[in-house]
Amino acid sequence: MNYREAITTITELLDDQLVICANGLISRETFTIRDRTENFYMIGSMGMASSIGLGVALNKPSKKVIILEGDGNLLMNLGSLPMIGSLQPGNLLHIVLDNEVYASTGNQPTISNVIEKSARYVYVEKVTTKENLRREMTHTLKNEGPSFLLVKIVDTAEQIEIGRVTHSPEQIKERFMSAINQ
Amino acid sequence: MLKSKDFAQVLIDSGYDFFTGVPCTIIGNLITNLTDRSDVTYIPAVREDAAVGVASGAFMAGKIPVVLMQNSGLGQCLNSLTSLNLIYKIPCLLIVTWRGFEGKDAPEHLVMGRTCDKLLDTVGIPHHNFNHDNIKALINMSYKLVTENREPLVLFLKKGIIE
Repeated sequence: MNYREAITTITELLDDQLVICANGLISRETFTIRDRTENFYMIGSMGMASSIGLGVALNKPSKKVIILEGDGNLLMNLGSLPMIGSLQPGNLLHIVLDNEVYASTGNQPTISNVIEKSARYVYVEKVTTKENLRREMTHTLKNEGPSFLLVKIVDTAEQIEIGRVTHSPEQIKERFMSAINQ
Repeated sequence: MLKSKDFAQVLIDSGYDFFTGVPCTIIGNLITNLTDRSDVTYIPAVREDAAVGVASGAFMAGKIPVVLMQNSGLGQCLNSLTSLNLIYKIPCLLIVTWRGFEGKDAPEHLVMGRTCDKLLDTVGIPHHNFNHDNIKALINMSYKLVTENREPLVLFLKKGIIE
């Protein structure tokens, strides 16, 4: 499964869930594949997707909040795992697309091979195929969290030029905030 | 000196309703008070940028957040402030303790102690200093600025103003 297939599989299953998309290719791909008002595209502040998602989840318990980030983002802010584990937001689903490289900058290797199980998430699963990703997404969208899905990406696809998010940062925030309150 | 619990009350009365941060001894009692209260939430963060990230999420979900930290943490969260809060216009009040003020502190505080205000000037984040007489006025003004301008704002707190 490459990351485009993973993002397609994940976003196909969404309705009103709030999604915090990490900077780089994940925001750009998600924007291209399925732009939604419920998507917050974090274009800078690498590492912060999980913290922003935690802040939203704690203050909007009636909505499911999804953190969609890569292994590079997670490694930059590993401390958010015990923060989420200790605060136990039941409405949080944390998805990490693990391709073991910094794909946005030209595939330099990360050290993500040590990521497996995280502290005190109530549900942790690793998936490698689209079928399993679909099954685990359906399960974690329905059930109490915090849940963690590690999605292994084998990105053999050639790097196609992918556009940037065309909304301005302020527009991204404004429409995301209106989606939160719907 | 103002009691930390009274300082917390001024923050809450002015409209702030979500708190996160990383401790410093100057704000130790304040954090204890915020943690013990049942009317607001204090989220202990692992790093200052994580606190800024959580506060930003809280703002988008309807809260007006305060981040508490030592000035050593400003460097830690500079990328979040510049590439998240400033460009998305996501506001938060940062109460930052000013260690190393006028060179009187442990060695690790001296460089940030003489540069933290200039650092904020360079990136364009407004800042003001608490003194014994302006606490309530400054907090009330900060709430108005933060909610109207939708930008981060720093209030520096030196040793000896709250206890």
